Amino acid sequence: MLTILDQVSLQVSHGERIAIIGASGAGKSTLLGLLAGLDLPTSGKVWLAGNELTALDEDGRAALRADEVGFVFQSFHLIPSLTALENVMLPLELANHDQPMEAAKTALGSVGLAERSGHYPRQLSGGEKQRVAIARAYVVQPTVLFADEPTGNLDQQTGETVIEILFRMNREYGTTLVLVSHDLVLAKRCDRIIQMDVGRIRVTPQTDAGADR
Amino acid sequence: MKALALAWRLLIRDWKSGELTVLGIALVIAVTSLTAVAFLTDRVGHAVELRAAESLAADLRLGSSQPIPAEYIDMAERAGLKTASMIVMPSVVFEDERSTLSAVSAVSGGYPLRGKLKTADQLLAPATETSDIPARGEAWASTRLLARLGADTGSVIRVGKAEFRITKVLDFRPDQGWRFVDLAPTLLINMADLESTTLIQPGSRVSYRNLFAGPREIIASFKPELEALLSAGEQLRDIVDTDPQMRSATERSGRFLNLASLVSVLLAAVAVAMAARRYAIRHRDRIALLKCLGSQQRFILRLNLLQLLMLTIVGAAIGIMLGFIAQQGLAWIASELIAQDLPAAGASPVLLGLMTALFILCGFALPDLIQMGKTPVLRVLRHDVGPPPMRYGLSYIAGAVAVLALLQWMVRDIKLVLGIAAGTVGSFAILGLAGWLLVKATGRFRGMAGVAWRYGLANLNRRGRESVIQVVAFGLGLMVLMLLTLVRNDLMETWRDSLPSDAPNQFMINIQPHEVPEMQKYLASQNMQVPEFAPLVRARMTTINGQDVSQITFEDPQGERWAKRESNLSFGDNIQTGNKLTEGQWWEAGTENYEVSVEVNFGQELGINIGDELGFDIAGEPVSAKVTSFRTVEWDTFKPNFFMFFSAATLKDYPASYITALYADADDDRKVLELMRQFPSVTVIDLESSLAQVRDVMDKASMAVQTVFLFTLFAGLAVLWAAVQSSLDERSFESAILRTLGASRARVLAGVVVEFLAIGFLAGLLASIGASLAAWHLAVNVYELEYQFSPMLWLTGPMLGMLFVGSSGLLATWRVVTHSPLSVLRGI
Repeated sequence: MLTILDQVSLQVSHGERIAIIGASGAGKSTLLGLLAGLDLPTSGKVWLAGNELTALDEDGRAALRADEVGFVFQSFHLIPSLTALENVMLPLELANHDQPMEAAKTALGSVGLAERSGHYPRQLSGGEKQRVAIARAYVVQPTVLFADEPTGNLDQQTGETVIEILFRMNREYGTTLVLVSHDLVLAKRCDRIIQMDVGRIRVTPQTDAGADR
Repeated sequence: MKALALAWRLLIRDWKSGELTVLGIALVIAVTSLTAVAFLTDRVGHAVELRAAESLAADLRLGSSQPIPAEYIDMAERAGLKTASMIVMPSVVFEDERSTLSAVSAVSGGYPLRGKLKTADQLLAPATETSDIPARGEAWASTRLLARLGADTGSVIRVGKAEFRITKVLDFRPDQGWRFVDLAPTLLINMADLESTTLIQPGSRVSYRNLFAGPREIIASFKPELEALLSAGEQLRDIVDTDPQMRSATERSGRFLNLASLVSVLLAAVAVAMAARRYAIRHRDRIALLKCLGSQQRFILRLNLLQLLMLTIVGAAIGIMLGFIAQQGLAWIASELIAQDLPAAGASPVLLGLMTALFILCGFALPDLIQMGKTPVLRVLRHDVGPPPMRYGLSYIAGAVAVLALLQWMVRDIKLVLGIAAGTVGSFAILGLAGWLLVKATGRFRGMAGVAWRYGLANLNRRGRESVIQVVAFGLGLMVLMLLTLVRNDLMETWRDSLPSDAPNQFMINIQPHEVPEMQKYLASQNMQVPEFAPLVRARMTTINGQDVSQITFEDPQGERWAKRESNLSFGDNIQTGNKLTEGQWWEAGTENYEVSVEVNFGQELGINIGDELGFDIAGEPVSAKVTSFRTVEWDTFKPNFFMFFSAATLKDYPASYITALYADADDDRKVLELMRQFPSVTVIDLESSLAQVRDVMDKASMAVQTVFLFTLFAGLAVLWAAVQSSLDERSFESAILRTLGASRARVLAGVVVEFLAIGFLAGLLASIGASLAAWHLAVNVYELEYQFSPMLWLTGPMLGMLFVGSSGLLATWRVVTHSPLSVLRGI
């Protein structure tokens, strides 16, 4: 059996911003998946917002995600057959929100895409797609936002715009932010950096978070 | 060379990785079903032909009033054909004091070359098949002959100067016609005894026949060779010239078989198109990578074409092999149902299999693969970059051309191909439009029930175009499936109903006018059906619009034959039951005008039009009448029908005999026998055996269609499979996103099930509409049957749709939601 993560102990406080960095194959995404309850560890326990994820079944974890978690992916993962607005409406609809369309429109407006709500993902640029993904992540006002290389597919300038939005929304909603990135500059803007190396947490470099706050 | 090797390696890798499974299997099913159908229809078609050949007792029959030159027979034997001779002449047969006119038929060994004689040991005893002919000094007599003579087996009869012992009752001979030349009751003797009768004298009316039979290819090449040698009085007939009833039955059975294979072609093509689209979408990355690594557009295109060619060859080879094996199995199953062994299959289905694979792949997979080749190299960096959007109009045209070409190549009946094509295009357009409207309409039900319902229907609506495509694809699949089951059964039943079990089986001719009321009285006294009696006047056509028919060059050789033959004319005030006017007007009852209504095909063969004047010679007197209408005749009703039917004024003053047809069941045998005794001059022809022959042909045809349906079912399943597979990637992806966003497995599953059920319902509804329209078209325009509305069709469509699509959707998506969402997201 292949050990991907080993002896990982990590606590993230409410409202905290942490960055997980490390080389390819270090186990960053695996850790993210475990923290979000997308996968289960073979041993050990994971708590999310006071719930023991490792004690929940698949559907229990899904329900917890619906209530507490938002996601932003490197490849955006928008549903191609749905418009920007419909993609943002999706989590609201799953949570039986009363007015999914109104809330989704507001969220799209807050990432500056009110004008593009009727466009399909293929009609949007990479940065726009990621902004739709951020709107989708924040629209349910999650307790924790997991972002997996959110700027990995974007040019530097677009990446920065996206990061600004991500951090702004973190401030506005007080959301805990768990960020996986290669980008040390981006990581340094977080409160804490977790460096992964071959499945273990190594040193924790200093951040510039004070300045950002 | 580099492209060839790479294409082959990639193809093998794709197959191993399962990327080609759906496409490959769809192709193999297509070829298998088509070739199996083709092999089987080839054999069954040949069997039907053989059956039809039985009514000639041969594949080819040469008739002449002069002895047939021995060189013809030598030529046939040299070519490897079987031959037999037959000499038929009218002669009075004596038994003690009684005598009657008989058609004495002397036959040589081997007669009949096609079909079997049936004989019984005594009158009314059960008949059995035999391969013998009467031995020397013996004769086999028909029931009618024995009834007229009051004789039975064991009696000794005299024919000319020879005496014969009746050893068998001749119950059936395959070539017994019901035309007037064949009407005298038969006495069958051995050819070797003919000389001793001394019946053949100068001036006696003798008809010489020579029969030929053998493999199709030899017959096909022998026929024109023989035709080139024939002199004026010699007439060669093959099965195409046989009775109109048999011809119509054979044609219809051929059409039914073709219909079945057409459906397989369409279904398989749809399956291949869906699989190819999925393959193309999934392989854009590879193309981008190949380009990134320095491959040129031209090389990529060559690579794709080579892969397609390899797929064609491999798919066709496997399909043809499986088709042949499957057909052997089918033929074995069918051998229980078919009394005789099926003839061996020809090689033409092999070519058909290869062509099918090529046509289907070029028409339905090539456009997508070419498009895939246009994937920009940028895709290696930006995953969302794809080839320019497909111009589906063009790809549909390619598909349509491929299907039309293939259909035409298979069916060789442009009218049928165009009819089916028009039906399909029309169905697509209507299905597409109706599907779009229905999909839009379901949006209104979105808020009706729980979240799953809402999400499923919302999904259906949000995927607007995709939903319509699926509805149309499934709808078409279901439509053809229903066409083949419900509609086919309906058509078959309507068709068989047009040949009711109480169709007349006793044909009576030579009834003198004074005998008509007596016969009616006799039939009524025996509690038998009293049919209508039609007057019959024998005449020879002499002129068309005043021009001598012997001077007219007929465009249709059949027309020339008709014109030179003696015609049977009838007259009356009303159109006969089962006849329909196609042009012109029927005369007023009691009109004094000389008018004639002509059967429409007969009219075409003679090249005549409304208003033409037809002249006849009736017993030396000239008569002419104006063509005032054309009509169709249902030949397979077995009622007396006429090519030319006149107003009463034209013919009523000429000597006529009457003709009628009635149904007598098996218990009425003695009553019919008694009727023959009471009215000895009336000729009674037992059509029962001829009817059984026609029914047999129809049974074989329907059995063939049913077995053929088995393959179409496989093709239909391939379509469903391909359709579900084609949306699988998208569904895995969406399911993963939904579950990441917090949807439970049950909710994702329920949403998808609602969506599939809705698609199935809409597809079924559309299939019912389409199948009903097609059924109406096939019934009315192709098979000329009466259309019957089928409520089952409307119930079955949506039910089947929900069952098929719902369960397939559930099965396919079950796998999708059991994957961990993380693994799915990472796999993308």
